[in-house]
Amino acid sequence: MEGSSLLMLIYVFVLATFVGVELINKVPPTLHTPLMSGSNAISGITIIGSLIAAGLGEITASSIMGFVAVVFAMINVVGGYLVTDRMLRMFKKK
Amino acid sequence: MENFKELLINCTYLIASFLFIFGIKRMSSPATAKNGNLVSGIGMLLAILVTLLDRHILSYELIILGLVIGSAIGAVLAYKVEMTAMPQMVGLLNGFGGGASALVGMAEYYNTSLHGFPDDGGKFLVSVGLSLLIGAVTFTGSLIAFGKLQGLVTGKVVKLPGQNPIVVLLILSILGLVGFGMADPGNLIYFELVVFLSLVLGVLLVMPIGGADMPVAISLLNSYSGLAGAATGFVIDNNMLIIAGALVGASGIILTNIMCKAMNRSIMNVLLGGWANTAESGSGDTDKKDLVVKSVDTEEAAMLFSGASKVVIVPGYGMAVSQAQHAVKDLMNVLEKNGTEVRFAIHPVAGRMPGHMNILLAESNVPYDKLFALEEINDDFKNADISLVIGANDVVNPAARNNPQSTIYGMPILNVDYSKTVIVVKRSMNAGYAGIENELFYMDNTLMYFGDAKDAVTKLVNELKSMNS
Repeated sequence: MEGSSLLMLIYVFVLATFVGVELINKVPPTLHTPLMSGSNAISGITIIGSLIAAGLGEITASSIMGFVAVVFAMINVVGGYLVTDRMLRMFKKK
Repeated sequence: MENFKELLINCTYLIASFLFIFGIKRMSSPATAKNGNLVSGIGMLLAILVTLLDRHILSYELIILGLVIGSAIGAVLAYKVEMTAMPQMVGLLNGFGGGASALVGMAEYYNTSLHGFPDDGGKFLVSVGLSLLIGAVTFTGSLIAFGKLQGLVTGKVVKLPGQNPIVVLLILSILGLVGFGMADPGNLIYFELVVFLSLVLGVLLVMPIGGADMPVAISLLNSYSGLAGAATGFVIDNNMLIIAGALVGASGIILTNIMCKAMNRSIMNVLLGGWANTAESGSGDTDKKDLVVKSVDTEEAAMLFSGASKVVIVPGYGMAVSQAQHAVKDLMNVLEKNGTEVRFAIHPVAGRMPGHMNILLAESNVPYDKLFALEEINDDFKNADISLVIGANDVVNPAARNNPQSTIYGMPILNVDYSKTVIVVKRSMNAGYAGIENELFYMDNTLMYFGDAKDAVTKLVNELKSMNS
């Protein structure tokens, strides 16, 4: 994907937002907390960018920031998915 | 080889995006939600693994160290946190997500500045500016929200003199700085100032939000953390980040909207600390002084419950504060043993985050098919023999229906006052978050059962058990 794709990226953003709205509107109120923590974990996807920044090879301001970003994003990802799983395991039907 | 790797990476990103969407789709029912979370987690794992093959990555030391530290902290947090503290936990996680996005934006910016900006530098720099702004605001805003929920920062509305003009000025300055940074890309100071001012802005935006308005703040910050991720996707030209970020952004906005509707307030009113300013003004409470409050003791309350055939329990933040969810579940058991039908009515803004009451009751093993949302159960209160209100206040205040002068007029409430008897478990007659009197407490069919929620419900359970034996 090279630079000229700005419009493509915006397309993707707009369409994904529509998909998100359609899907989230169907989530029942009883699952709103796990929905939040679970979607929170998804927003940890920014880990992709931080991995590349942390792996630049030399120790620079960028790689240090990348390292901190890996830690932050990983807390977000691991903490988010695990706590969501912990909550959802508690939901039982009679 | 390199081409094949690139193709593999991009295909895996496509699969991961699909898994995120499919995972959220499975969140539409409690029966499939656990599986949905797993599916989404697998998408994340695939995305992380395949990224490690990226040709830009030259060394793995920092990566591995970061992955290990982050995973360990995340796992400990996830297993240690109490269900009552879930709002803080989600607040904190939002903050880390936003912080990571801002850091990636800054790292990419520094790194690009070393190698020269691309020809279409405008798109890159605007994206960097957005990811810094949204990410940094999410980071400090979430830390303040966490502090407020944890009791480290006051839950009161805190405003600077001239708060609103200052916020507007800050936002304009940030946008201006992004403009300067674009006009003079070699000069890093502009974007560094963007980060600094955005961090300040995050603090200023959340400080005026009162404790009970936190469901809105947390939902909104959740949305920001997604948007920050999407902005980072624009920075590094990655569709998967944009898709994931947009999904989370949409989710947060929808929840924010639901919370605001449930309080009959606009998002601006909440963000600007609306209620706290108007709370004391004219709700015409003067004649309340002559009204009588009827209270019951444990024995009388137990008698009433043993004669009831339909009971609706309405939990609120007070149940979370006193950790009464297990006692409440015991009460449900003992009542059901008597042949009484027990259901729960949950107001959308009960507690400190969307769905807060539901996870507490799930924790104490109340089946989720006994939990009903406002619109599902509101017409049924008139058939209830007893409505038991535990630590809820404003969400059951009939003034929202029939007193146009009241600050909460128009807010959808649970119509507990329509049931034959209302029993309110409450520590004292103090007003709720909105700072207004609750006329429910003075009604003919209302009985106050004073005490801490957990103590009071436990006593009630014991009394009912001894009556049965």
